[in-house]
Amino acid sequence: MKKVFSRTRALKPVAFHYCPGCGHSILHRLVAEVIEEMDLVDRAIGVPPAGCAVLAYFYFDVDMGEAPHGRGAAVATGIKRVLPDRLVFTYQGDGDIAAIGTAETIHAANRGEKITAIFVNNAVYGMTGGQMAPTSVVGQVTTTSPKGRDPSREGFPINFTELLAQIKGTAFAARASLQDPAHVLKTKKIIRKAFEAQMKGLGFSVVEVLSPCPTNWKMSPPQAFRWVKEEMVKHYPLGVFKDAEGESLAD
Amino acid sequence: MAGKIVINEELCKGCALCVEFCPRDLIKPTRRLNAKGYYVVIFDPDGGECTACTLCAVICPEVSIEVYRE
Amino acid sequence: MNEELELMRGTYAIGEAAIRAGCRYYFGYPITPQNELPEYMSRRLPEVDGIFVQSESELAGINMVMGASMAGARVMISSSSPGISLMQEGLSFMAGMELPAVVVNMMRGGPGLGNIAPSQSDYFQATRGGGHGDYRTIVLAPSSVQEAADLTYEAFDLADRYRMVVMILGDGMVAQMMEPVRFRPMRPLDDLPSKDWTITGARGRPSRFLRSLILDVNDMEEHNWKLVRKYQQVEKECPRWEGFLLEDAEMVVVAFGTAARIAKGAVKRARKEGVKVGLFRPISLWPFPFQDLKALYQRGQDTFVVFELNAGQMVEDVRLTLGDGARILSYARPGGAVPSPQELARVFSRLALSRRLP
Repeated sequence: MKKVFSRTRALKPVAFHYCPGCGHSILHRLVAEVIEEMDLVDRAIGVPPAGCAVLAYFYFDVDMGEAPHGRGAAVATGIKRVLPDRLVFTYQGDGDIAAIGTAETIHAANRGEKITAIFVNNAVYGMTGGQMAPTSVVGQVTTTSPKGRDPSREGFPINFTELLAQIKGTAFAARASLQDPAHVLKTKKIIRKAFEAQMKGLGFSVVEVLSPCPTNWKMSPPQAFRWVKEEMVKHYPLGVFKDAEGESLAD
Repeated sequence: MAGKIVINEELCKGCALCVEFCPRDLIKPTRRLNAKGYYVVIFDPDGGECTACTLCAVICPEVSIEVYRE
Repeated sequence: MNEELELMRGTYAIGEAAIRAGCRYYFGYPITPQNELPEYMSRRLPEVDGIFVQSESELAGINMVMGASMAGARVMISSSSPGISLMQEGLSFMAGMELPAVVVNMMRGGPGLGNIAPSQSDYFQATRGGGHGDYRTIVLAPSSVQEAADLTYEAFDLADRYRMVVMILGDGMVAQMMEPVRFRPMRPLDDLPSKDWTITGARGRPSRFLRSLILDVNDMEEHNWKLVRKYQQVEKECPRWEGFLLEDAEMVVVAFGTAARIAKGAVKRARKEGVKVGLFRPISLWPFPFQDLKALYQRGQDTFVVFELNAGQMVEDVRLTLGDGARILSYARPGGAVPSPQELARVFSRLALSRRLP
């Protein structure tokens, strides 16, 4: 029999510390697989976030450099300006990229920095125990919105990728989901498109990935994946919002 | 059988996503604990045929599944 | 080494010196009184195939510096006091990851928005870390445009040698004044020290990572002591100072940067009136030249006037060095007011007359 699925060499052969059913584990694998398939394992440099994935460098077998919370796009800018022919990517949660890192991300996009932001949207602050995120949905109960997110008190959830798609320096902006195997495979294709946009020198690219957080959502993994499909996609439509090489269209 | 999977039980965290998404229900939860204290799943094709579609490996967060095809 | 003498503003001189030292990356943001430095770099760096980026804030800028340093480049950023406050998080992270870079602070009146006049009120911030955690930054204080150029040029070597941030601590005066300056020749880029710890893509070697997060407390303690040992080595190898008319001095003025420039003029004037005053000028504020200052005291100097353009910061280091036995007076002027050498000379004369603590 032929082996048709095994671990990519761009992932170190170690167990993930993430919770059962966490989207990070799947997404790390997808990013690593794309890096290997594009033959960029020895030319990739990643910038992990502050958050559950702060230890991403224990998993990706590529060079990585830590950034302070939110500053990934600025650190990646520095790296890419010095090493323009490498694949430079950030891997950031919703708070990292769209709360504390808002300015750095928008301006990296505005300058058309040829970096790729992998934006993990799980609608909550995971590592710190489940506080409200800028992408928490209306009505969502979190440890800092115990009565459920109320727009009059906490504002609305932010559709950050659509904002980034408006910026001229953005070459590729899309939202994908991990809600089931078919979507996982589609997410991988979208990551590849984003990395290709970078390597072709087209500009800034961002892939937002709707990701389950069973622990902080207080659900079982299958329930959490269902919540992504049934709840999150309502607020965060999937699709390609900007593609410098083709038509932008909503899914 | 056209396909089979091998599950690394020590990496399994019992999330049961593979159980949920196998289109032929060939993966079953068990009450057996691994060293980390998770209830592992097993590949139990009893009565069914694995086609090596790889959906289980695609959804498995722990990269604990290898898939083989004829 | 037959470089021409040029008449140049301090900010431009620092920019040119950095480029001569092999700096090809600058990330900065405008803030008075150093706006000309990013302007100069935006014009000059493309001439040498370098990269200039005006960041959207000093906060973004220091993080760009962090990334460029991780990738192995010689990189610089400059700002003034409020912008340097924004960089403190970045400086702490860079200390934890042992990343080299040169940071230029042209101090202005403070706290808060303050004013755009020269001051020295970031001494504590510069020498005590400024950001969180146990770390140090090498701090060099020029008092002339030539010295600003020289110290900037050397700062890159120091930064690479010790894998530390080196801060050039100036003020609005040295930033804006124009003086003759001679530059070192352009350092060839293939002559720069090699670095075996950078993240450049893991070609031909195992992948590596740079980080300051160390969750295991024992490992973290060990890392901190490793940093301390490095800082102790710097304290042994790098203190710098200059003395002026100290041999027969009956009173020593301790001053740095622009204040030392003024003090030198005041010393000359006071000497004409028969006041035997000398100048001890620290050039490295960290590592502070404790041993050399103490040596003066041990040789019999017992009256020290600490003159600084702030509310009294370096005077604490002088007190720490000399203890209770010495007479230590503080003549401090915060807020951007810059006394003239004549004014300062009169202070020396009055002190010489009274010969007692005020």
